[in-house]
Amino acid sequence: MNKLPEEDWDIEITSEHRLFDLRLKDTWHYRDLLLLLVRRDFVSFYKQTILGPIWFFIQPIFTILIYNLVFNNLAQIPTDGIPAPIFYLAGTILWNYFADCLTKTSTVFKDNAAVMGKVYFPRLIMPLSIVLSNLVRLAVQFILFLILMGIEWGKGHAIAPNAGLMLFPVLILIIAALGLGMGMMISAVTTKYRDLAFVVTFGVPLLMYTTTVIYPLSTAVAKYPAYSWLIKFNPLTAVIETLRYGFLGRGNFSWGLLGYSASVTAVILLLGIITFNKIEKTFVDTV
Amino acid sequence: MTNAIRVENLSKAYQLGDFGTGTISRDVERFWAKVRGKEDPFLKIGEVNDRTTRSGSDIVWSLKDLNFDIEQGDAVGVIGRNGAGKSTLLKILSRVTSPTTGTVRMKGRIASLLEVGTGFHPELTGKENIYLNGAILGMRRTEIKRKFDEIVDFAGVDRYIDTPVKRYSSGMYVRLAFAVAAHLESEILVVDEVLAVGDAEFQKKCLGKIGDVSKGEGRTVLFVSHNMSSVSKICNNAILLTNGKLSCSGPVNSIIGDYLRDAKTTQSVFDILPPLNKQDLPGYAMRVQIEDREGNAAGEIPVGKLWQIRVSFKINRPVNHFIIGIGITTQMDVNLRTAWSSKTNLEEGYYEAVVVENNLLLSAGFYKITLGLSSKEHTFHYVEDAALFTISHLKDDSLDSTILRIDNSGIILNPMLIDISKQS
Repeated sequence: MNKLPEEDWDIEITSEHRLFDLRLKDTWHYRDLLLLLVRRDFVSFYKQTILGPIWFFIQPIFTILIYNLVFNNLAQIPTDGIPAPIFYLAGTILWNYFADCLTKTSTVFKDNAAVMGKVYFPRLIMPLSIVLSNLVRLAVQFILFLILMGIEWGKGHAIAPNAGLMLFPVLILIIAALGLGMGMMISAVTTKYRDLAFVVTFGVPLLMYTTTVIYPLSTAVAKYPAYSWLIKFNPLTAVIETLRYGFLGRGNFSWGLLGYSASVTAVILLLGIITFNKIEKTFVDTV
Repeated sequence: MTNAIRVENLSKAYQLGDFGTGTISRDVERFWAKVRGKEDPFLKIGEVNDRTTRSGSDIVWSLKDLNFDIEQGDAVGVIGRNGAGKSTLLKILSRVTSPTTGTVRMKGRIASLLEVGTGFHPELTGKENIYLNGAILGMRRTEIKRKFDEIVDFAGVDRYIDTPVKRYSSGMYVRLAFAVAAHLESEILVVDEVLAVGDAEFQKKCLGKIGDVSKGEGRTVLFVSHNMSSVSKICNNAILLTNGKLSCSGPVNSIIGDYLRDAKTTQSVFDILPPLNKQDLPGYAMRVQIEDREGNAAGEIPVGKLWQIRVSFKINRPVNHFIIGIGITTQMDVNLRTAWSSKTNLEEGYYEAVVVENNLLLSAGFYKITLGLSSKEHTFHYVEDAALFTISHLKDDSLDSTILRIDNSGIILNPMLIDISKQS
């Protein structure tokens, strides 16, 4: 048989896979799908609701109201001299972004088994779309944050935005990468054994208390100097503190802590990609 | 012709049973073997995938050592019984899952339609879903935009295009979904049995579209279906899978024939299982033999030749108004014709009836014979699929040249009188 012209195959399917073969070219080709999935998530969120996209605001507003009542008034936890609502909002929207990215990504194979079992597309698109969809939500909620900032500033509160807010995109990147990385690691394991999924459901809300969403780092350090490393250990602490520092002028900002967060995130993302890659080719058989 | 798909030593193992506490130790063991660079210990004990037998091993080979090439522009039907590995094969080809061993190489883009409406979101409108579904199948936004009108037109749901698809009837849903998939631009199209839904008119339209894709546009099509008439209509070649192995491949009609009669033998004598109450019956058929017109037993008749059937039967007691009837059906179970003998009165004893086909020329394929013995209005022995015979493309130069011997020329090949005259 004449083999010469036949050897330039376009697609080769084998059982082997390389650790870092992300098929980025493929993923780029499917960029429209990414955008359409984000759009789908956004549009289907408020279909058949009366208030529509306003629901994006209602959730954080009620959260900070309750936090204000419980943690500030009842438990008397100080807020670093920042007005309590905006202090909580800063922490909440960032934490929610992380939590949503993590929980949604960790079940990505299970949730999308029906689609992924029937059509090929670069699997990375799905977690990426989750991160992007939630980013849209974060952006909407961030508008609320800016409005609240303006109100408090108008009332004459000491709010001092500074050069630190230039780091905002970096902060978002760290959160997204962290949520994505951890989520992908968990998703890879939960396709076959669901145990870890339970850990995520009760663990993520608990994890919130080890980061500075409802209290400032300064108070934690002052009260429990011996255990404050535990809170600093959480890579999100530095991110939230940096945001508060940049926009509100209060908070513990240190390059060291932020650098630590960034490096931990990089390692987790890398591990996440490796595990995700390993599992994506055959997860259909075990999900 | 160049090859569009090459499959080499393709195998796929599946683990049966439930995953739980019991399977984790095995996973650890497999992982450990892999770390040490050893062969996977559990693949060695895999068994052939026969869904009917229960066995000790819970690893089965859904596909085992598949090798075949598919030429560019071919339309290939993949046929086999439930669980033969058809869907697994398509899943591997469409990269939904990866093989356990072996490789598949392909040229060009591949689009697969394992299900219609994959990724349709019930809350989104028809229009939004066209874009989403198209993108899932690998189309670029501009490509969908360009074909949008064509897609809506093909689906025939213009009026509902801005309504959420959850309000669609199931037929409309499928129409829209198939329309999107049908407008994919890819060199290879893989289609699983997706046409089971939809009304007759739309099914015909879909089959036509798939046919166009392969015949008109020269793209390669792989088509899985249990509907043999669709397979033979669309495909020119077929591969037959049996328990995960390739049992044969070749021109579509002969493979379908093999599949339907489940054996490759060209048998010419068929013994009929005697009825349980054979002594109580007035009589019963015992044997059918297929012969050519010279009376030689023949399992295969060349296209364009006439043939005859010899039926041996026994009469237990005198029968008045005896009639023997035979019916011929095609491999697709189309009733072709029925013929009756004239009435006779028979004594007891052994008889033979010769049924001669002296007119009808059948196209290549295989045909089934149904027998009936009756007395007056009462049929006392009725045998469905009593015998099979094959009409095949054997070369015979003595034939009338007006008899068509090409595929898809229909079942009956008798020439018609065609008169051509010059008009002034």
